[in-house]
Amino acid sequence: MTLKTRIIPCLDVKDGRVVKGINFLELADVGDPVESAKAYDAAGADELCFLDITASHENRGTILDVVRRTAENCFMPVTVGGGVREVEDVRRLMLAGADKVSINTAAVKDRAIVGRAAERFGAQAIVVAIDAKRVSKDGEADRWEIFTHGGRHPTGIDAIEYAVSVADLGAGEILLTSMDRDGTKAGFDLKLTRAISDAVSIPVVASGGVGTLDHFVEGVTMGGASAVLAASVFHYGTFSVGQVKQHMAKAGIPMRLA
Amino acid sequence: MKIALIDYGAGNLHSAGKALMRAADEAGIVAHVVLGANPEEIAEADRIVLPGDGAFRDCRENLAAVDGLEEVLHETVRVKGRPFLGICVGMQLLADVGEERGLTKGLGWVPGRVVALDPKERHLKVPHMGWNTLEKRADHPVLDGLPFGEDGLHAYFLHSYHLLPQNEADLIATANYGGAVSAIVGHGTAIGTQFHPEKSQTLGIKLLANFLRWAP
Repeated sequence: MTLKTRIIPCLDVKDGRVVKGINFLELADVGDPVESAKAYDAAGADELCFLDITASHENRGTILDVVRRTAENCFMPVTVGGGVREVEDVRRLMLAGADKVSINTAAVKDRAIVGRAAERFGAQAIVVAIDAKRVSKDGEADRWEIFTHGGRHPTGIDAIEYAVSVADLGAGEILLTSMDRDGTKAGFDLKLTRAISDAVSIPVVASGGVGTLDHFVEGVTMGGASAVLAASVFHYGTFSVGQVKQHMAKAGIPMRLA
Repeated sequence: MKIALIDYGAGNLHSAGKALMRAADEAGIVAHVVLGANPEEIAEADRIVLPGDGAFRDCRENLAAVDGLEEVLHETVRVKGRPFLGICVGMQLLADVGEERGLTKGLGWVPGRVVALDPKERHLKVPHMGWNTLEKRADHPVLDGLPFGEDGLHAYFLHSYHLLPQNEADLIATANYGGAVSAIVGHGTAIGTQFHPEKSQTLGIKLLANFLRWAP
């Protein structure tokens, strides 16, 4: 009788197609997000995350169709992020079938959007995605800053202060990505994860840097994360969702096992 | 069997509609789902399902904004006794009053209040978000054959508030999250689940199948 730690595969979707497709499964169409969603559902993923990286304005609506078809075909919870600028964008995604919507740059520009969205849809539906990078030098007290544009633009905003502020405004969850670790397979930035998790009373999803099975465990036991998100290790078949869950359960973390 | 799945602009209905059809298959019932908020359709329905994603007040206002909807729900469920299922905020709306972002009156079918979650252990985060198992509190036909307890099936929760029924008998099942969290409530022919059966895979489909089989 405990809430279980969640494992969340994340799929990048561009113009309605999966960019880094799953290549360890026999899918009829590797580029179809719904096929991937079904495969992860069957594999025991606890939630799924779609990150819409569509660049052109005209194709913005394609993600709505992806979400709608996923909701019709999969009985699994889905979070959608990428390109969410207005409360109206949140509403469209929710009506299409998203269970949660994640807001990134729009909240960095104007935090008030978090409050407006939570007022309308409830805190439980609003995720704030934070991309943070260490800015303190060796020997200095730890300090992380919010970065935008895939980690290229510093904002001068302190990551912990920002996390506390969006949680107060009504965010229901923080999706925390370490831009130092993203893509490195060196493990999560555990100090960052722990600092944010201790500072807020809402769940924190750890993301960025997972490379080994023990990294998943550490994100929870040392980082204090309520959920762990990963992309490439799942897509490229380094680990299956089931394998990760078994490993975490063996380490004493309550998991939902098939 | 005609299932009215009420669309009042409070969230997505695709998953719920599909899950109900799958549950009907499992229950061996020939069913069709009617989407919408047409009072005449609802009056004729054999089962009524009220979903709800979002804030209590927002859902309540959306419900009140549909002409004749509350009246037909009352007439069909409370007077005629047709089985009704509320999901998430659709369940919370059954209470007398909700406390999310100011006090809002509910439908008052299940005496009680919708209050903020306040887990006893301080390290537990709110919202209660993710998969949890259930503990049975009272017998109810919708629970037939569902495995409860530590080794039971999981339900998917996503909420910061829950319905605390005034009468112990109306609390059908709970989850444990730093104390008891209301998971299923019921009163008369109305039941409600705080979790999302349409996202809760095996447990969800079984519960929906039981709901369709239920003949109060």
